[in-house]
Amino acid sequence: MTRRVGVRSITLLAATALAAVLAAPVASAQQKVLKFIPQADLRILDPITTTAYITRNHGYMVYDTLFATDAQFHVQPQMVDKYEISKDKLTYTFTLRDGLKFHDGQPVRSADCIASVERWAKRDALGQKMAEATESWKAVDDKTFTLKLKRPFALVLEALGKPSSNVPFIMPERIAKTDASTNITDPIGSGPFKFVKSEWVPGSKVVYVKNTDYVPRKEPPSWAAGGKVVKVDRVDWIYIPDSATAAAALNAGEVDWWEQMPPDLIPVLAKNKEVKVENIDPLGSMGLLRFNFLNPPFDNQKMRQALLYALDQKDYVLGIAGDMKNGRTCYSYFTCGTPLASEVGAEPMKGKRDFDKAKALIKEAGYKGEKIVIIDATDQPIVHSQSLLTGELLRKLGLNVEVQAGDWGTLITRRSSKEPIDKGGWSIFHTWLVGPDLTNPAVNFAIRGSGGNAWFGWPTDPKIEQLRDAWFAAGDAAESKKAAEAVQARAFDFVPYIPTSQFILPTAYRTNLSGVIIAPITLMWNVEKH
Amino acid sequence: MIRYVIRRLFSTVIVMAVVAFVVFTLLYLTPGDPAAVIAGDIATDADIKRIHTQLGLDEPFLVRFGRWTWGLAHGDLGTSIFTNLPVTHLIAQRIEPTVSLTVLTLIVAIAVAVPLGVVAAARAGTWLDRGVMALSVLGFSVPVFVLAYILILTFSVQLDWLPVQGYRSIRDGVWEWLRHLILPSLALGTVYVALITRITRASMLDVLAQDYVRTAQAKGLAPREVLIGHALKNAAIPVMTIIGIGVALLISGAIVTETVFALPGIGRLTVDAILRRDYPIIQGVTLLFSAVYVLVNLAVDLSYALFDPRIRY
Amino acid sequence: MATALPAAAIPAAKSMSPMRRRFRDAFRRHPMALVGGVILLAMALVAILAPWLGTVDPEAVSPIRRLKPPSAAYWFGTDMLGRDVYSRVVYGARVSLIVGLAVALLSTLLGVVIGLVTGYIRALDAVVMRVMDGLMSIPSVLLAIALMALTKASVGNVIVAITLAEVPRVVRLVRGLVLTLREQTYVEAAIAAGTTLPRILARHILPNIVAPLLVQGTYVCGSAMITEAILSFIGAGTPPNIPSWGNIMAEGRSLFQIAGNLILFPGICLSLTVLAVNLLGDGMRDALDPRLARRM
Repeated sequence: MTRRVGVRSITLLAATALAAVLAAPVASAQQKVLKFIPQADLRILDPITTTAYITRNHGYMVYDTLFATDAQFHVQPQMVDKYEISKDKLTYTFTLRDGLKFHDGQPVRSADCIASVERWAKRDALGQKMAEATESWKAVDDKTFTLKLKRPFALVLEALGKPSSNVPFIMPERIAKTDASTNITDPIGSGPFKFVKSEWVPGSKVVYVKNTDYVPRKEPPSWAAGGKVVKVDRVDWIYIPDSATAAAALNAGEVDWWEQMPPDLIPVLAKNKEVKVENIDPLGSMGLLRFNFLNPPFDNQKMRQALLYALDQKDYVLGIAGDMKNGRTCYSYFTCGTPLASEVGAEPMKGKRDFDKAKALIKEAGYKGEKIVIIDATDQPIVHSQSLLTGELLRKLGLNVEVQAGDWGTLITRRSSKEPIDKGGWSIFHTWLVGPDLTNPAVNFAIRGSGGNAWFGWPTDPKIEQLRDAWFAAGDAAESKKAAEAVQARAFDFVPYIPTSQFILPTAYRTNLSGVIIAPITLMWNVEKH
Repeated sequence: MIRYVIRRLFSTVIVMAVVAFVVFTLLYLTPGDPAAVIAGDIATDADIKRIHTQLGLDEPFLVRFGRWTWGLAHGDLGTSIFTNLPVTHLIAQRIEPTVSLTVLTLIVAIAVAVPLGVVAAARAGTWLDRGVMALSVLGFSVPVFVLAYILILTFSVQLDWLPVQGYRSIRDGVWEWLRHLILPSLALGTVYVALITRITRASMLDVLAQDYVRTAQAKGLAPREVLIGHALKNAAIPVMTIIGIGVALLISGAIVTETVFALPGIGRLTVDAILRRDYPIIQGVTLLFSAVYVLVNLAVDLSYALFDPRIRY
Repeated sequence: MATALPAAAIPAAKSMSPMRRRFRDAFRRHPMALVGGVILLAMALVAILAPWLGTVDPEAVSPIRRLKPPSAAYWFGTDMLGRDVYSRVVYGARVSLIVGLAVALLSTLLGVVIGLVTGYIRALDAVVMRVMDGLMSIPSVLLAIALMALTKASVGNVIVAITLAEVPRVVRLVRGLVLTLREQTYVEAAIAAGTTLPRILARHILPNIVAPLLVQGTYVCGSAMITEAILSFIGAGTPPNIPSWGNIMAEGRSLFQIAGNLILFPGICLSLTVLAVNLLGDGMRDALDPRLARRM
């Protein structure tokens, strides 16, 4: 009895299996799908309320900008066709290109642009500065609009063409009218890709398809400027949290492009002739060590300066990037490789490390053994390496230090605490910012000394604020450089934070891809899959 | 029988209520603020406060608990703080890989372990038995992720027989679905196999020593019939118990397996949610897990009646 | 023809307690258990004698020496921050063993207390068992992660978190045993004779649960060590500057293809130790009461 039943059920199973296999949909061989491993998981769809780079990358997929910065650091028109600046520099007139449409078919109008820029200006530091100088935005007609300033503001175009967080993406007016602290959820934009919400699996997969109605500019692409010609049909962002798995997947051809790979894994991919590892990011990122100015002992300037003499950037570059090939020392508060970078005031950090001088400064500061708490995020390798290195450094200096491990979520929460150490406060945390976010005193929010309103750490330094304002008022390039140098000199004296290193996280992609744009931001147009 | 089932289901509700309350309280007390994460790098205190109010995070404990349980009663598990998608939608998206993985692992584990345990018991004391026992102890001793890496290194990277990561839905073809789940099931199932083998063997040994087995053998029944027809049925009960208890083990292991093999399942959803403090997801998923656990154990208990006609509900 | 042995050659029967004799016989029959015990002892010694075993400061970072393969200078190589892996593994034995032993002890103690109470007091039984069921239904790893997120990462918190996940199993065991024992005639007789509860517990109940508890304890110990490794892997385990086998592997996991030593050495040590603990548990179980094999 049992035997007969067995044979019957097995045959049934086999038949079902066969049918299922045959019924499997034939993969549309015509569709070119680009499979990409992003640096993080996309959760928040609003590039204005958050500065997260993954959301910014998403923004570049589905939105477009009025202006964009190119590889020579010049601001080029993107959505704008032509623009005029009045002789007194107080009125800017912009005219949009023809054929610009949102993904829902609606044309892009001036009202949309104005609402979007105004919303952006509420959050972004550079935008806020511009808003202070703005008298009004006005829509002349659906394709032309004007900006009227109260006083000259030299960075209008730089602001509108800002490459990194927050980017003034253009959204439909109804979405842009959302309050600037509420996340938008509707990803309709006018960009070269469309977001496929029905296929979005948060934590795992994000899907974009080519926007066939997009009208690209004629110029060749250069950073975010120029023509955005999409050469694939669909892009899948596949989030693989485990980097060993990601490397294996790229090797096996299960994915085409890995946005940021840990440099240590280069040897794993190097043996594979079908994979290319490249540094397509000319500016890289900078690590930083941030102090809490509300808690001793780093409320004391001499204590902070002491670290400048002891910290060796080479250790941090190696700790983060693994090899001096993937990073460099950068003794500047502005990203090395950009116009305003210099080594003005950087003497304490350069050259041979002087532990004696550091210890002397600590003594002068009157350090009484106060506990120093470094908050660490173990799930962020760049933050984690820096925390351990700094912990070791402070221990070598004879300071009472404790590295408190948590995850990134905990770190972000704890760093907003203004409490003393014994109530869960902190003394130091580490993070890193991409090159474009540190190029000048306008975008570098970490250098500010606006006290309670400043970035976490809350340094108060009216002097640096003054020098920063002076930079805004600077006239030409030469004046701007001098003003920036003054800001940096003050920064090395006051030490709002310590730049620990500059590093480039290489990207890796299979050799059947071409057209990957060399830029400090991840851009997916122009990429072709053969 | 029906009355028994109803009584059990009732106590299930109580258990889940306890779990719900514990989880909710735990999260309420947890530091780590989703508002800070949402607010971003350049947030001010005012921003964070505003987000708190929006998310209802500044309301008193009982109000929040009340609101959540009210939603529960209507089948609404709340909305994810970060993605603004309903928790039920997120769970529905991710449930297939986890269910596929755990069911496959269970089937493979039982299919491998029970025969192994039976054979080991039948040949107790021989090298075969010692070998099986040694392997099973080894099975408990290696952490899942170490095993996973070894498997990936051998079968995906060196031999290139199986894919490294990812999941293919069964709708896209059974063979692809299977291929992507072989390594994860092996990694996850090893501990389970070890456990079930041991219990099966021990239970079988116990039963084989019983009088009625000796009688059956004396009657002249073939050893196979004695083993399977008489002994196994009686040995089944402790084995079923372990299977039931092991469900929690499977889910724990699934979390790690999903991370290493990049399977978009519920395990990873939960870990991500915990690390980000996305409370509604954490609450919803924990409730789901305990419901599954309790229901599986109910099924296990009911199955006793199948194996032992003396058990009457 | 029997060879007569000189009387003096026949050793006088040594008076060995029945327990010791059972252990000795059991270990003879299960040599693996003896092996397990020896390995465990060796690990414990390594952990205690760590500073004198050719180790350097396990937390000393030195990025210039990162990712060196095993050599004469660095027996197990160095990790991504230049720390000596050998030293970290040796010191890591401390954390892993402490976590394992502490969890085993704590969960046993708590389990005994709760189990005795529920076994005896009917009214509490239903409530407590529902709570235990609830705890058991939350996957242990999830429970531990959630608890770890509640406070900062530290060895103490890891121990508490894993203990909470293991307690329900011990409670079940104790409760089951207590319920059976209560029905025994000699216990009923004792109650009838008016023996006080504490005396009953001490004289009749406790001695009979020691054996299964001991065995269960070893399994809990092994399970706890693995859970600690898994927690560290996910990032919710012991703070990473304090080495434990789990977090050494977690930190080195992405590099397993180029620096497999980071996973291999701690992995082998962990597996070996857990294996030893499990073998010991098996041996003890067989020695003390082979019938336990059915239940464990």
